[in-house]
Amino acid sequence: MEFLLALLFGVLLSAAIYLLMARSLARSILGLLLLGNAANIAIIASGRVLGWAPPLVAPGANALVADASNPLPQALVLTAIVISFGLTAYVMVLSWAVWRGKGTVDTEALRVAEPRGLPAADPRDAAEAETLAADLLPTRTGAR
Amino acid sequence: MSDSLLLLSLVALPFLGALAASLLATHARNAAAYLAGGVALAGLALVWTAYPTISQGGVLRAEFAWVPQLGLNFVLRMDGLAWLFAGMVTGIGALVVVYARYYMSTEDPVPRFFAFLLAFMGAMCGLVLSGNLIQLAFFWEMTSLFSFLLIGYWHHTQAARDGARIALTVTATGGLCLFAGLLLIGHIVGSHDLDVVLASGDAIRNHPLYLPALVLVLLGALTKSAQFPFHFWLPHAMAAPTPVSAYLHSATLVKVGLFLMVRLWPVMAGTDAWFWIVGTAGLITLLVGAYVAIFQHDLKGLLAYSTISHLGLITLLLGLNSHLALVAAIFHILNHATFKASLFMAAGIIDHESGTRDIRRLSGLNRTMPFTGRLALVAAAAMAGVPLLNGFISKEMFFEEALSADGLLVLPLVAMLASAFSVTYSLRFIHGTFFGPDPQDLPRQPHEPPAWMRFPVEILVLGCIFVGVLPAATVGPFLDLAARSVLGEATPYYSLAVWHGVNLPLVMSMIALGGGVVLYMALQKHLRSGIEGPPLIRRLEGRRIFERALVFLSWRLARRLEGVLGTRRLQQQLRMVLLLALAAGGFAAWHRGVGPGNLVPQGVDPVIALVWVVGAACALGAAWQAKFHRFAAIMLLGGAGLVVCITFVWFSAPDLALTQLLVEVVTTVLLVLGLRWLPKRMDKPGATGVEVVTISRRLRDLAIAIAAGLGMAALAFAVMTRTPPDLLAQHFLARAYTEGGGTNVVNVILVDFRAFDTLGEIFVLGAVALTVFALLRRFRPAPESVEVPEQQRDQSARDAERPDRRDGDTVADWLLVPSVLTRLLFPVICILAVHLLLRGHDQPGGGFAAGLVASIAIILQYMIGGAAWTEEKLRVLPLRWMGTGLLLAGGVGLASLFFGMPFLTTYFAYADLPWIGRVPTASALLFDIGVFALVVGATVLMLIALAHQSVRGHRAERRAETAPRALVPGED
Repeated sequence: MEFLLALLFGVLLSAAIYLLMARSLARSILGLLLLGNAANIAIIASGRVLGWAPPLVAPGANALVADASNPLPQALVLTAIVISFGLTAYVMVLSWAVWRGKGTVDTEALRVAEPRGLPAADPRDAAEAETLAADLLPTRTGAR
Repeated sequence: MSDSLLLLSLVALPFLGALAASLLATHARNAAAYLAGGVALAGLALVWTAYPTISQGGVLRAEFAWVPQLGLNFVLRMDGLAWLFAGMVTGIGALVVVYARYYMSTEDPVPRFFAFLLAFMGAMCGLVLSGNLIQLAFFWEMTSLFSFLLIGYWHHTQAARDGARIALTVTATGGLCLFAGLLLIGHIVGSHDLDVVLASGDAIRNHPLYLPALVLVLLGALTKSAQFPFHFWLPHAMAAPTPVSAYLHSATLVKVGLFLMVRLWPVMAGTDAWFWIVGTAGLITLLVGAYVAIFQHDLKGLLAYSTISHLGLITLLLGLNSHLALVAAIFHILNHATFKASLFMAAGIIDHESGTRDIRRLSGLNRTMPFTGRLALVAAAAMAGVPLLNGFISKEMFFEEALSADGLLVLPLVAMLASAFSVTYSLRFIHGTFFGPDPQDLPRQPHEPPAWMRFPVEILVLGCIFVGVLPAATVGPFLDLAARSVLGEATPYYSLAVWHGVNLPLVMSMIALGGGVVLYMALQKHLRSGIEGPPLIRRLEGRRIFERALVFLSWRLARRLEGVLGTRRLQQQLRMVLLLALAAGGFAAWHRGVGPGNLVPQGVDPVIALVWVVGAACALGAAWQAKFHRFAAIMLLGGAGLVVCITFVWFSAPDLALTQLLVEVVTTVLLVLGLRWLPKRMDKPGATGVEVVTISRRLRDLAIAIAAGLGMAALAFAVMTRTPPDLLAQHFLARAYTEGGGTNVVNVILVDFRAFDTLGEIFVLGAVALTVFALLRRFRPAPESVEVPEQQRDQSARDAERPDRRDGDTVADWLLVPSVLTRLLFPVICILAVHLLLRGHDQPGGGFAAGLVASIAIILQYMIGGAAWTEEKLRVLPLRWMGTGLLLAGGVGLASLFFGMPFLTTYFAYADLPWIGRVPTASALLFDIGVFALVVGATVLMLIALAHQSVRGHRAERRAETAPRALVPGED
């Protein structure tokens, strides 16, 4: 059973990663959502299958039965589920803002901060870099 | 005074003084000087107080806990060597303060100068008193930093900035190497305590890591002490005010490297590696420094290179692996500090009173500055090694050691040559400045300095003479203490005397003296010509190489690497991160192996297995369909989410399953509402070539995704089949009811044990909702996506066809029965929410689930009735819900403070209510209500903000239809 679960996790993760690598933000959002689900499975699986009883204290008892499942990852995942929802909503609205502002959701085209042609691979930039480097090199001066 | 107090105040006083000085007014020159002088003198007094203990061969030691978790203590330790250095640092420091008071101009912010100087002094004291290697490295870097500030004090000049930068780069890089080396030593010894380290010399020398440790430590020491090939920073540091040069380059900064080599001498020296590295560096530095010094035209430049040369001499002595040489080295450290400090000060006086330091312009100052001239003459003679002065005695010892080193004829010869050079440059300093014809057109009319400015020089020169005449009576005991603290029982017999009879060293001295004078006369013509730079090795300019290396490293190499490896494409970066993670994980798996663990796997449950197959298929289908059929992808994602929900049930996690189910609903609504505003697809029809690229890119992405998925799946499998470590969960399980007062352990963890996390989480959710709201408030959908759906157009067209119908009549009663049912369900769902909320502490449920349920109830009304209809009937005011929730949750947490309990402590009891019975009431319930309110507010706020977009969209559409054509663009 663990093997199958691991496989499910792997498939969810693969699909999520494939979607995340897409150029369109819309698909990235879907990927992010799927990634959240995959991660939650991984977290709860890392808590192992300790037992088959839900982590609820029976009436009259003071502590759990020995067979109870691990509550800690459950608590972690519970918050993660809600946060993942918030994240999806946030990223989606952010993509909207991008779409409205830039007219595209293609990540390749979103280059306001780093316009094309900046890397040194561009010969003009390389020349400029050399000039700057020459400026950095100080002129010959004596000990004074 | 107790040892710890003494040592601590010796280190702390300068820093406190620095702090006080930095608070003085910008031009409070006298106050700052008094303060600094007082601190330095107090330090000297403290050092002297320690003398009785030290002279008995005792060691002062004080330990304070620093990082006790790592077994690291702040240890101050004073033995003879540390005592000698501390005395030098504070003593010469006091003299430098007096000198600086008169040297510094009133226009400079002098208190800042003294603040830096005192802080540097404190760092020096901390360094020499360090009883712990880590601490030593710490103070070492501190001296680099404060020397940077001191050298760059006149930061308005380019030279000062460059000099400070070079000094810092070189010495701090060395400091990093040193740190690594000291860590290695700590690793070898198993302790960073200096006493332990000093006791384990054999262990260190015989360890395989000895050589790396040695090289690293020496890199630190040799850069700091300006040894070839790292010597070039020192001349550039001459851009500092002269008091700084006098302090840094005589007694303190550059001596630190030597101090370290002496300190670690017992454990690191005595090997061939030490001999060759230290000896060679010292030898080259000695010769090159002396040679270059001859040809300097700047007084300070000359002194700088002579300092380099003398440092080389001391380094060479340390490299000889002989006990006597070590004694000579310590002795020369002391002597060099005395005469070099006085010479720097003299050079500063000349500069100050005549306006130039250029030997070519200076001449005949002896007539206008006779006292200074004589003082400088004595100090320079000591530097040249003239008999009856201190430099002579240590040089004799040096010659003797050079002669006794095994069969190396090169050593005495180089020693003699360098010594002759030193005579030449000393002569040049004195003859060129004070003798000859009267100076022509100096910037200022030279005259004697104020008496107190000369006072420090006088003291130091007196020291040169006393030590030179009566070495055993003056400096003998101190030298003995220092040597004994390093060598212990092995301290050899040595005699400090002026006259040892006519022996080979004396003959060598005489030859060097004579040769130096002859050389000076022979060089007169060349020196007068005023050519810059030394002959033969003019091209060997360390600084230029250094700058080139820096430009290459920080600029060209970085750009080139970025050009080759870097990308500004986001997806490419993501791919790189993934590939790197894959490589790292793959390496770890290959290195340590990854496989099933010891736990016996659970048997296969065919039903759950089938569910998982469906889930996997949904996920794959979503990935496949996402591009062209977004709606289908959303539905498939919902399917995958439901499978996750069922998986949670399988894991016996009812709370999770509940929450997942609800979130899945809300998320699907969100996506359906939201994704339609994004452009459908962005492929532009292109040539076939593009398609090939696209396909190959897709295949590559697919390969990466599959590899990542498989890797993580293997990892997850490996984790699941291993026995868990001692679980934190046991702690929660055992205490949930007895201490948290709830039977639902997950909920108790959320609202009690880890309530702070939950509090943080609801704040995050609130922030997200507000951001979404703010981003959407002014948002208008892009014109191309406000198009009315085909179905609605169809309906409107039908309405338009018939004259008795108005637009919208067809859909007026759309979904009438479901909408009635939904409205009826609203109170029921709300009651369910309250039920989940109230029972959450004991049964599956809780604030999150309840909040989601309530928001679903509200969203259902929006979906079925439309935004306008719903808002007429039901005003939700999500912002108030959010505010209330946050205040309530935070308030409950704060309330526990009033009862003297830590933040967010839960109180619980059972209340007997009439009619209802025994009801568990815990303050956690109030907290959970806060969570509930926040979740309702945040979820509804986001969804409503999204839902309103479609209202706006249609409004825009309608306006666009009715508006005159010309006005269409720009509207909304």
